[in-house]
Amino acid sequence: MRGKKEKKGFSRRKFVVRSAVGVGVLLGTTWVTSPLWRRALADKVDKADPIYLGNTKDPVMWFYISNEGRVTLHSPKVEMGQGALTGLVQIAADELGVPIEHMDVVHAESMSGNLDQFSTGGSTTVSGLWQPLRELAATMREMLRMEAAKQMQVSADTLKVDNGTVSGNGRTLTFGEIVAHVEEWTIPKDAPLRDISEYQYVGKPVPRVDLEDKVMGAPIFGMDASLPGMLYGAVVRPTKIGARFVDANTMETVLMPGVVKVVKEKDFVGVVAETQLQAEMAKRTIKVKWETDRNWQTRDIEEMILVGKGKPIVIQKQGNSKRLLRNASEVITAEYKSPIGAHAQIEPNGAVAEVREDYAKVILSTQVVRLTRNEVADRLGLKKDQVNIVPTYLGGGFGRRLHTPHAMQAAVMARVVGKPVKYFFDRQEEFQHDTFRPPTHHVLKAVLSEDGMIEAMEHNVSSGDVMFGSPIIPDILQSILGSDAGAWRGGMIQYGAIPHHRAISWRVKLPFATSWWRSLGLLANTFAIESFMDELALKAGKDPVQFRLDHIQDDVRGFRLKEVIKAAAEKAGFMDEVHNGRAMGFAASTDANTPVAHVAEVSVEGKQIKVHKVTCAIDPGLAVNPDQVRAQCEGCVIMGMSAAMFEKMEVVDGSLRPTMYGPYKMALMKHAPKEIDVVILENDDVPGAVGEPPLGPIGAAIANAVYRLTGKRLREMPLTLEG
Amino acid sequence: MKMKLEINGSQYEVDTDRNMPLLLVIRDMLDLKGTKYGCGRAACGSCTLLVDGEAVRSCSYPVSLAEGRQITTIEGLSENGQRHPVQQAWIEEIVPQCGYCQPGFMMATVALLNKIPDPTDEDIDQNILNVCRCGTYFRMRKAIHRAAELNKSNI
Ligand code: FES
Ligand code: FES
Repeated sequence: MRGKKEKKGFSRRKFVVRSAVGVGVLLGTTWVTSPLWRRALADKVDKADPIYLGNTKDPVMWFYISNEGRVTLHSPKVEMGQGALTGLVQIAADELGVPIEHMDVVHAESMSGNLDQFSTGGSTTVSGLWQPLRELAATMREMLRMEAAKQMQVSADTLKVDNGTVSGNGRTLTFGEIVAHVEEWTIPKDAPLRDISEYQYVGKPVPRVDLEDKVMGAPIFGMDASLPGMLYGAVVRPTKIGARFVDANTMETVLMPGVVKVVKEKDFVGVVAETQLQAEMAKRTIKVKWETDRNWQTRDIEEMILVGKGKPIVIQKQGNSKRLLRNASEVITAEYKSPIGAHAQIEPNGAVAEVREDYAKVILSTQVVRLTRNEVADRLGLKKDQVNIVPTYLGGGFGRRLHTPHAMQAAVMARVVGKPVKYFFDRQEEFQHDTFRPPTHHVLKAVLSEDGMIEAMEHNVSSGDVMFGSPIIPDILQSILGSDAGAWRGGMIQYGAIPHHRAISWRVKLPFATSWWRSLGLLANTFAIESFMDELALKAGKDPVQFRLDHIQDDVRGFRLKEVIKAAAEKAGFMDEVHNGRAMGFAASTDANTPVAHVAEVSVEGKQIKVHKVTCAIDPGLAVNPDQVRAQCEGCVIMGMSAAMFEKMEVVDGSLRPTMYGPYKMALMKHAPKEIDVVILENDDVPGAVGEPPLGPIGAAIANAVYRLTGKRLREMPLTLEG
Repeated sequence: MKMKLEINGSQYEVDTDRNMPLLLVIRDMLDLKGTKYGCGRAACGSCTLLVDGEAVRSCSYPVSLAEGRQITTIEGLSENGQRHPVQQAWIEEIVPQCGYCQPGFMMATVALLNKIPDPTDEDIDQNILNVCRCGTYFRMRKAIHRAAELNKSNI
């Protein structure tokens, strides 16, 4: 059982929610815009524990118990595929004392009031709700115990809660029987948490709660929603960057079959028709005049993004690397690049809306229920509590749904026609109007000592915006932070034993939308830093694993990182030599306090890079569901290698391209490694991030292996030997 | 125009354009939502279903071509509440993440196993060409092999 297990790690309890953000706001802006404060803040943000902003006091908002004793958890967080809802159910079942088979979970509708003030994302669902959900469930359990005591007319102390029942003194009441007779709940002052060693589900590879639905093809996604009498909408979107709407000619459109209404608004033109196909056909007849100032090309963007062009901010500094680099007889320098990346989640964005005079309902896949509610209410001139957002399962999130303004467009069209309207992006629009992973440029510099140790190292990363400009990040926070913590995620140098090191984040505002993409800057930043570490190890004539270990500081963070590095190397049988035509590449990263190390086993056939096996060691702290931790590692490895090896958006004559799967190359079955070996370490007693950290090291691990096979250092993603 | 369709063993009559994509007929007119829209251009495979046992990307397949033939969707895989071996294998391997692409992959797998009952990794690589953004390929491959095993033990 958990808890009895011998652990080398560290114990800490998150009873007090610490918020770096709160600290910043309290201090006021003048103080914190100084470079020193900003650096301190960046450090806090990098190491912060996740916080949950939402109701944590009212169990009745979270748990519905039926007279049959089924417990339904109303989750303010959405399921995007990472298995987070399963984790929440495990935690709740254990703390409540109910068999997991008696539990259901649904997404909380916005009108229920159980609203996350922020979003689902950042790998924070299970980690951020770990403590609050246990407390809520414990309170619910105590409420049931007190109520049972009242009904049995005994003292609550004599009763125990277990297995969906409350029992004592030879009597047993099921949860269902108790709630059937409750008049008014008594809220306990204090609800002690169960000891983790008593938990039956947490720590076990419980099958996902959504498994059956997803395998049977149940209609659980936003795209599957429909309402009686529903019509279909389509909206015209420009194909060029920076295009401004001038006017639209819809003369032909109104005559198209099935067209119910052409909707002209100040910021969009759409059409509503009886069927999806009719809406699409009618949309094509809308002649919109757009105005653009400039025909952007890929090379314009590549020039903008170079380090030195944007606005720099030092996010990490130890010692005086500047002086060392200036005075050194040899400075090792390398540059790396990553391209514009698309989310390419398979379920397109869309919404089903129904609007009445004093009420609106929008069903959709979204990561931001609250923001979407507020936007729809504003747009329709309704009060916030007159709008009900019904979140569904997401056919992939990856950050693409951290702003879902199409909910407003669906709602506006629904109001105009007086009937429910379904509206979704077609795939071309989905690619063209993505909020992309920004391209990046990295310059790394280092000085090696005579004995082959790194004396000084600097990482300059230039990137388009990730969290800046995002409607979920308040402007005030952006100005306090100064630097875009999304863009530099993973960009700090994790080797604290390098005496002099510095990381600098350069901000570039690009002419098209860039934002959150699973793991944010982690993939590109780790690719750059960990490729460079490999270059340095080779230069120093050292084993790449030992070289890394030698530069990690002795503290908790360092310990956990070292452990995953050792575990990955050991499990993979890491060898720094080509064997049977295959080589191993090593890389590691720390993201949101979760360290991960990958060993990629690669061969090169002709110009083709083939990844045969990836060994992944991760330390997410307490693994609430080890099978899903594994699944996330597998998924991140594959999505990460897809991005690192194949994916790239281009800007051609002002348009973002390509706009279809296929031309936008992605990893398919044939590319996925046949073996993915996952090692889970638990050197912390609370759950940490899982859904993104394993994406970090994969690009560098592959590139490092390719170097050993070919002598070619690939410093640009997508990694290719062609051309 | 009026057309008769046989889907999952049931007869349906629909009145629509001959060129209407089969996917839209099935999803919007007949309310079978298990078959998914991903791209509308035969590029992702999430709309895969079976026509006379063969995998078809229904977003780019005119409904008129399906007339008089047997259509099977994910909803029709299980019989009398009994999971199809492919679904059983998917459950045992806990394959889905977001799940959106999964019906398409399962249908493509059923078609593959109809053709090649015991596929090699190579067969899988060449025949399963759908896109999964969550990167569940690793478990899918295991599930495909497992489904082949389950099929054998069912005979
Ligand atoms: S929706 Fe048919 S292949 Fe993508
Ligand atoms: S499971 Fe999400 S796209 Fe395949």
